[in-house]
This record gives sequence, C-alpha cells and structure tokens, in this order.
Amino acid sequence: MKCLVTGGNVKVLGKAVHSLSRIGDELYLEPLEDGLSLRTVNSSRSAYACFLFAPLFFQQYQAATPGQEALRCKILMKSFLAVFRSLAMVEKTVERCCISLNGRNSRLVVQLHCRYGVRKTHNLSFQECESLQAVFDPALCSHVLRAPARVLGEAVQPFPPTLAEVTLGIGSGRRVILRSYQEEEADRTVKAMVTEMSIGEEDFQQLQAQEGVAITFCLKEFRGLLTFAESANLSLSIHFDVPGRPAIFAIKDSLLDGHFVLATMSESDLRSPELHRLAPPLQAHSTPHLDDFANDDIDSYMIAMETTADIEGSRAVPSVSFSPGHQPPASPGPYSEDNDTEPSIEPGTPPPKKFRSLFFGSILAPAHSPPGPSPVLAEDSEGEG
Amino acid sequence: MKFRAKIVDTACLNHFTRVSNMIAKLAKTCTLRISPDKLNFILSDKVANGGVSMWCELEQENFFSEFQMEGVSAENNEIYLELTSENLSRALKTAQNARALKIKLTNKHFPCLTVSIELLSVSNSSRVVTHDIPIRVIPRKLWKDLQEPTVPDADVSIYLPVLKTMKSIVEKMKNISNHLIIEANLNGELNLKIETELVCVTTHFKDLGNPPSASEDASQARNPEQMAEVRIDIRRLLQFLAGQQVNPTKAVCNIMSNKIVHFDLLHEDVSLQYFIPAFS
Repeated sequence: MKCLVTGGNVKVLGKAVHSLSRIGDELYLEPLEDGLSLRTVNSSRSAYACFLFAPLFFQQYQAATPGQEALRCKILMKSFLAVFRSLAMVEKTVERCCISLNGRNSRLVVQLHCRYGVRKTHNLSFQECESLQAVFDPALCSHVLRAPARVLGEAVQPFPPTLAEVTLGIGSGRRVILRSYQEEEADRTVKAMVTEMSIGEEDFQQLQAQEGVAITFCLKEFRGLLTFAESANLSLSIHFDVPGRPAIFAIKDSLLDGHFVLATMSESDLRSPELHRLAPPLQAHSTPHLDDFANDDIDSYMIAMETTADIEGSRAVPSVSFSPGHQPPASPGPYSEDNDTEPSIEPGTPPPKKFRSLFFGSILAPAHSPPGPSPVLAEDSEGEG
Repeated sequence: MKFRAKIVDTACLNHFTRVSNMIAKLAKTCTLRISPDKLNFILSDKVANGGVSMWCELEQENFFSEFQMEGVSAENNEIYLELTSENLSRALKTAQNARALKIKLTNKHFPCLTVSIELLSVSNSSRVVTHDIPIRVIPRKLWKDLQEPTVPDADVSIYLPVLKTMKSIVEKMKNISNHLIIEANLNGELNLKIETELVCVTTHFKDLGNPPSASEDASQARNPEQMAEVRIDIRRLLQFLAGQQVNPTKAVCNIMSNKIVHFDLLHEDVSLQYFIPAFS
C-alpha cells in the first residue's frame, strides 16, 4: 500500500486521526479499492468509528502492490497520533505525507516532507489483522436528523466538557432537545446540575422523527466526530432507532466519509421523571479487552468477518440488509450473547453478515459500572496467542 | 415559597455573571438569601472553611427587570438556599449572548434554581438553554447563623493597593510559607510579611491612605506609626485575592490586631465583605 497526501489534506487526515483517538487505542488501517479506511473501536466495544478517504483525496493512491493482496493492519493509536500531534505545526510545515505499508519491512512508514527540505520518517510497527468491521446500516434506522455541524456544536456548547452522556430527543413543538444525563446513584448526596438545550426544527436540514423519541449516548465520543465535522464545515446526520440500538453519526463529502457508531442506553425516556440506568446485569465473561484479543472466547465474537469476496462495490462502509426476523433485544435486561436468532438467508444474496447485538454493556463511566460482557467486533488473527 | 426574576439588560447580565464568578472562586458552597430588595451570597464561618466568612450583597433592582418573591412566611419574608456556587457561574456562562435570562425556584424531582436562557441566534430560530441547579432549602432555625456579620471596631483601617499586584506577591509568598502577617498603620502603610527559619520576606506598600475613622477618639489616641497585625493562613488570602478578577471600585482593609482581618470591597454596586480570622 502506498499513498501520498498533499497540501491541506494532510491536516484533514491529522484531524481525522485526532477524532478517532477519542474513541479507541488501536487504529485499523485498511487500504480498499474504494479508498483508505481508518477504523477504531473502544475497549468496551460500545463505540466504533471509521473514516474512509476516497482515492481522489490522495495525490497518489495504491491500495496494494499489483499481484499481492492488500495488507490490513492495526497500529497503536498513540503512535499514529504522534505523527499528527500538533495540527498547527502540520499545517504550517508539512507539504506532503507519504504512507506506505510494506509487508516485508513489517513497518508502516509515514514520511512527512516538510519545508526547508526537512523530512520526518516514522516507522510504526503494526500487526496484521483481520478487518475490523461493524455491521450497521443507516437506512434501517427509523429516525434521522441532519444539521450543519456548527448548529450541533452550538447545541453541545452549554454542556461541561466532562459530561459523559447526553440524551437527544424530540420535544413538543418538534424541538430538538439535548439534555445532560446523570446516572442515578442512591448514595449521591449532592445532585448534579441538569442542563437542557432546545433547538427549533428550522435549524435542521432534515428532521425525521416523532415527538417523544429519545436516545442517550456518550457525548465525549460524539464530540470526536463533531469537532472534525465543524472544522470541515460539513453537515452531520444522526440516524437512530429505539433506545438500545446503536446510533449512527455520519458525515460525508466528495473525498471522504466518516461514521461513528455509538451504543445507546436501552431504557431511556425523555419524559419520565427518572432516567433509568442501563447496566445489564454482569455476566461472568471476559473482562473488557484493552489491546489483547487473544483471551477472547470465540463464541463471543459478534461480527462475522468480512472476506474480500464479500465486499460490495459501494463506497459506503459495507452494510448488510438483515432479514426482518432478527431483532436484537431492545428491552432492558441482559443483552444476550447467544447467537440464537439466525437471519434467514435469501437466495441470491451474499452471505448475510450477522448483525447481533452490536453494542451493549454499560457506556457509563467505568468507575460506576462493572464491566459488562463484550461482543468483540474484530477477531484477532489466528496466530495470536 | 416562590421566586421568579428576569434580566433583560446585557450589561446587568454581564455584571451578575461577574459576581457569580467571583462567588464561585471564593466559596465552593454558599447560601443564597433572597429578600424583597436584595440578594445575598453568604458563607458563614465554620471550621470547615477555616473560619472564613463572606457576605456579599446586591440590590435586586439594579439587576432584574422583574423580581417576585414570597418567603417562607409573611413575618419571615426571606428564602435561604444552599447551592454549589460553580453551578450558578457555569449556568450564567452560557448566557453571554442571551436575549433574556430567567431564574426561578422550581421543584423538578428535586428543589432547584432553574436558570432559563433565551439565546440570540444568527438565524431567526430560537434556542433555549435551561439549567436546573440543585439547591437545599435552609430551614428557618438555621437562619441565625447566616446573618450579616457585625464588624467590630478596627484597630486600623486602610485602603488596599491594586489587588492584582497583591495577588501576584502573595502567590510567590505561598511557596515559602503557609502563614502570612498582614499589618497596617494609620499612616497609609501596609506590609505583607512571611517569616520562616531561613528567610523573612516583607513587601511594603506606602501612601495607601486611610479611610476616615468612625470614632474620632480611637484614631486620635492611636500612634499613626503603630502597626496592627494579624497572622493568617496564606491560602485564604490568596483565595480571596484570586476571586477579584476586576479591581474594585473601593477596597478597604480593617485589621483587628491578632484577631481578624476584614476586607470590605465595593464592585460598582455590589458589596463584598470577607473575614479571615487570625491563625490560631
């Protein structure tokens, strides 16, 4: 794989990496025919983020050495982020950025060609891995709202930067409401301030949702995409469904698209006096993995692996149409890891990627909630021990 | 008990925000007293505060275009609420571009002071931000501890130097010692002193001026060169100085030798009194 980024796009790439770093600790790089895909997932598997840069984003783009299969790898987010640590400096000094992946070297080489003939070369070690793939389809979500990122940026402005979760819903008069979500704790003597922001429908480019619907998700993770979208002056769409089903945050322009898929709390009612907490009862399963996939129980892998044969031609993140028979549990209660409902296979379609409960488990701050069982999105390569 | 108030003037709103920011720096938790004419932010001297107490007063009609309150009872037409000061200043921070701000006492699942802000926005759309600040209503039997402190006759009263200058000096002194002696005389001289085993550092301020004294006899009897001093916890002084973002309209320091130092400030029309006891 070899690609060359020039001019202002270097900063855009850097910003995307900053954005992804808000989510996970490992960056999955996958050169596709459609473009270069950068993906990550958080340690509790409740958030997935992906940027796809089209070939036109690059001055030169070669997904794979001809005759060879494209290499997929994962690298430490920290290492890749270090290359783009100071965006101000990147903007001022970097003229070109060349990223190459050579299986023989087992190094991902990121070379920054800067002003005055300065060349900075970063040799990052990587691990070959299978594709990190979350299965989701925005088209299947019942509700969508879309607004310029600036509007959403202004909407989250009143909330403290430390706020973990926020509830987004449609209030009376078709106003879009954002409200700070506080976990309920019986022993909490000092209650926290509750902040609510209400925006009129007219500020939205698209609002397809009924009054009363609401979802609760992690604000900190959302801010990752929001900051990127604001700087790129793009519109941001939020596709969501019933509480408990993941919400899809998407941005798109001619050269790139980004998707952040975040878990939502399963029992959340904007109008109820008390917002119930999610926490499905603990299942004695593997503890949330950080970097080590090796201990995963094979049965807990929730996402079928994508093989190259299954990649559909579209530029969008590959999605699957899952048959109506399959419904991940939306009601409160432990998310089942049992793969007991199999989507029916329709003849003529590619093998369905199984969309099981993609996300679950508490997205509450780890200090308060015990680790929940985690469906792992990505399978580590066979050889990992 | 009822309370509703509204601010529509931008200057009043900014001033109220500045007051709230100052209170947030001076006291983590404080009491808000609402009466028909005034609002007070009160910190009563407790061991937990290190004996520090604060009394801040503002005339409600200087800020609010509408102000309605109904106290606990007809005879006790006041409301005492305890709140986390930072919540109020955070809530007001979002009111920078506000068309109007409303504050009212509500009970949304728990007693709150609800701050509701109508924002100006570029497009014609309206945006409304609401903050529910949790409060605790203070029962009447505890009101006696929250009254305006009586100021004993000071040994020396002196005008303070520029507070920002004082703050930067005290900040450096904090690294050397935990205690500071503040002393002043009726000749317009004020000293800040720290003493340790290894070093003594004194900063002298001169020609500060003394306010006219309340009782003629006391001032005439006292030798103008004689210093009245109090030894205080340096962090309390620093906290007080850090809270003053803007130099006040008037700043007086009253020293009761070896007992207490009393700062009496006026920020435009808001008065602030801050007491730091002698370190025992």
